[in-house]
Amino acid sequence: MLQAGDWAYSETLKEHFMNPKNILQGEDTDAFDGVGMEGNLQCGDQMMVVIKVDKQKEVITDCQWKTYGCASAIASTSILSEMVKGRTLDQAFHISPKEVAEALGGLPDHKIHCSVLGDKALRASINNYYTRNGQEDKVKQEQVKVICQCMSITDHDIEDAVLEGARTYFELQERTKLGTVCGQCKDEAEVLLEKFKHIHFGV
Amino acid sequence: MKVYFDNNATTPLHPEVKNEMIAAMEMFGNPSSMHSYGREARANVENARRQVADFIGATEKEIVFVGSGSEANNTVLSLFVCGSSQCIPGSKMRSSIITTKIEHPCVLETSECLAHRGVRVKYLDVDQYGKIDLDQLAGMLGDDVGLVSIMMANNEIGTLQDIETIAEMVHASGALMHTDAVQAVGKVPVDVRSLGVDFLTISAHKIYGPKGIGALFVKKGVPYCPLIRGGHQELGRRAGTENTLGILGLAKAVEMRALEMPGEEDRLLELKNILRNGIENSIDDIHFNGHPTDSLASTLNVSFSGVEGEAILLYLDLEGIAVSTGSACASGSLDPSHVLLATGVDAELAHGSIRFSMGRQTTRQEVDYVLNVLPKIIERIRNMSTAYIKGGLHAASR
Repeated sequence: MLQAGDWAYSETLKEHFMNPKNILQGEDTDAFDGVGMEGNLQCGDQMMVVIKVDKQKEVITDCQWKTYGCASAIASTSILSEMVKGRTLDQAFHISPKEVAEALGGLPDHKIHCSVLGDKALRASINNYYTRNGQEDKVKQEQVKVICQCMSITDHDIEDAVLEGARTYFELQERTKLGTVCGQCKDEAEVLLEKFKHIHFGV
Repeated sequence: MKVYFDNNATTPLHPEVKNEMIAAMEMFGNPSSMHSYGREARANVENARRQVADFIGATEKEIVFVGSGSEANNTVLSLFVCGSSQCIPGSKMRSSIITTKIEHPCVLETSECLAHRGVRVKYLDVDQYGKIDLDQLAGMLGDDVGLVSIMMANNEIGTLQDIETIAEMVHASGALMHTDAVQAVGKVPVDVRSLGVDFLTISAHKIYGPKGIGALFVKKGVPYCPLIRGGHQELGRRAGTENTLGILGLAKAVEMRALEMPGEEDRLLELKNILRNGIENSIDDIHFNGHPTDSLASTLNVSFSGVEGEAILLYLDLEGIAVSTGSACASGSLDPSHVLLATGVDAELAHGSIRFSMGRQTTRQEVDYVLNVLPKIIERIRNMSTAYIKGGLHAASR
């Protein structure tokens, strides 16, 4: 039985929710070297990440953010903004949602999608920095297409799920949570499911 | 300060109910036994049945004790797919039911299940305040409709439906009328005869009684089919040894409601107006959900633009205030409130909705405390939100 004072999520998450770090004050992002935004209001999550960069070393010196979302979303952006400081752009680009979730002391399954937007917004801000600084060649276009807008599930995610054993739309949903909000991506996802099944397993 | 503003989810046990139940714990007899232990339990259960019947203007035999409001609703809907001539006269089987888009999930999911079993389910829309359209109902009723199930008071927004008029229309078309009155009984006067319903659902834990016990009113002579079979309890209408403790708790709860209801609605309405006006005067860009007048006095549902409901709920919780939200994130379903979406509120405002539901124990001091804490929390979340635009809610784009 929960004791009085116990909380719905981990202590780390609670701390970052109660005292979020590095919130961007106001609307002005001019002082920053890169700006990225992901998510949408209909799904209940939207995040903006802004970064300052030491241009010599290509190291992130400051990271601030705004988030529209639940406690997990607020806390995951907050902890991400702490994690990236001092990392090179390349290191920061490769921070995974899993790392963010682990740093928060774990997230319930249905909250994982709240933590995937922060790192996407971060990558968008890094790409924005490259573009602004005449380094378009460095822009790491994620050669992916988002299929499920609500849960931010890409064609790569669908391919991974197929490789991990998903064979039906239901199994795909179980693994990726794709199509569990508005459901508009069902047709496109089913086409890709069949395609990857055919490519990898000849079925 | 601890403030419990989630009485539509469940209520604290009334101290009198608690005392009654503690005393009843000594009474362990099976009401079906013929010896003195059993007779004592039987007498108490039947006395409780009379109290519950009296409270809603029914007769004792019309009350079936069940395990929950959900069970009562499942029982009524499931009776409709029973093809047995023992339950529904074969010739009178009709293939459609009508319900609304704002029912509790125990009605909506059961209706979906019925649809897979060949029943045609028609869903009534609601207007921006959560009221059904009687003309739409009239258009849906017909020779094919066997049952209409419409909740009396909505759990999320508090909107009350005109069950009396609806039941008249339903009966004129030859269908049966069920109302889920879980949120209405004990808050507004409920009399099954003046409402004219065939089935009515009651739950104890919404009215300061224990969890795990409810009652279904089944009008004398209407078709009925037990959901749980295999025992003669409840005149064969609900098998399983009676939950004597729960039944006595429910009876005490309605007894206390009868004593405490006079004047309570006015008192709560005054508190709700203070809360509503206080929120309106201290926070911009909000939207009140539910009907302005035909609504439970205890329930106020409000959406805050640019903020997500789970964040509000958890910040309020850290200040000792318990509420609920229509946000997807709090439900685990990823979809925001189906009730709010049915009223035409857009998804963002549904995600940002908070339900304050007061109760018999609610005080003016508690309302003032909420009004002191809430504006700061909303400002704080909006300050970190990508989605808040001051004045945006009322901009022309909406």
